[in-house]
Amino acid sequence: MNMLLLGSIWDAQIWYAVPLIVVISLVYGGTRHEHLKEIVGHSVRAAIWLIVFLGIIFALVWWANMQV
Amino acid sequence: MSLKYRAGHGEEAVELDLRDPRIAALLAWLWPGAGHFYQRRFMKGFLFMICIVATFMYGLVIGRGRVVYASFRPNDFRWQFICQSGFGMPSLLALAQSVKVKNDRDPFFVMAERYPRGYKDAKGQLREYELIAANERQNFQERPIRDGFMAPPKEPILKDKNDVLGMWHAEMRYFFDLGTLFTVVAGLLNVLVIYDAFAGPAIHAAPDEEEGAG
Repeated sequence: MNMLLLGSIWDAQIWYAVPLIVVISLVYGGTRHEHLKEIVGHSVRAAIWLIVFLGIIFALVWWANMQV
Repeated sequence: MSLKYRAGHGEEAVELDLRDPRIAALLAWLWPGAGHFYQRRFMKGFLFMICIVATFMYGLVIGRGRVVYASFRPNDFRWQFICQSGFGMPSLLALAQSVKVKNDRDPFFVMAERYPRGYKDAKGQLREYELIAANERQNFQERPIRDGFMAPPKEPILKDKNDVLGMWHAEMRYFFDLGTLFTVVAGLLNVLVIYDAFAGPAIHAAPDEEEGAG
């Protein structure tokens, strides 16, 4: 089961998250600033925050799966 | 009515002419970025338009044009449509489709047709192909089923039994949910864009700053 969870990283479905993270970050940054430089900076920070957040969720699911 | 917007300080200081914010918000709802074009904020207009329209269209394509539809029937309460309707133009089309298919009428822009065995069309011509599975026939009798672009699934929508919505899920597998997700995200992101067109960017000004939004 754990290997299945790990294997899902390489499964095609998880990569659909990448364009969503990019778009959400850019629009979120875009609504907080007016100049491109600041929008890009904010977007990068938002993207990192999202990836870390998703990573924590993944780690929690992984840990819960280990307990079963 | 023209509204001036000032916020931020130092390098981040922003001064904008929001023109008529209500018109800008309406345009932004109809088409992402259109409100910003109206306010002559072209860079952000292009950014929002590319991001949101591309996301929405991608979701619609992988969902084969079926994942955005307006239906609030007892067994098919499409709550996702409320989120998708953050993008006005396609949601208006979906609403028009839901009105068109009432009373068992065919939708605009028919994308696929399914016929029961032995079905003859209005000209008396036998339709040779059959797309309704044997175990689903009893629900549809001798009626043809026509899937329309952004039209709700044909009734009856049956709980825990085979119906058109079930066929869509079976045909598209996880792409139905994925297409729904992309279109929902695009619709919700456009709510932020509408706010930006209406009230300007949500820049946090220092508390002691005299300049403020509005």
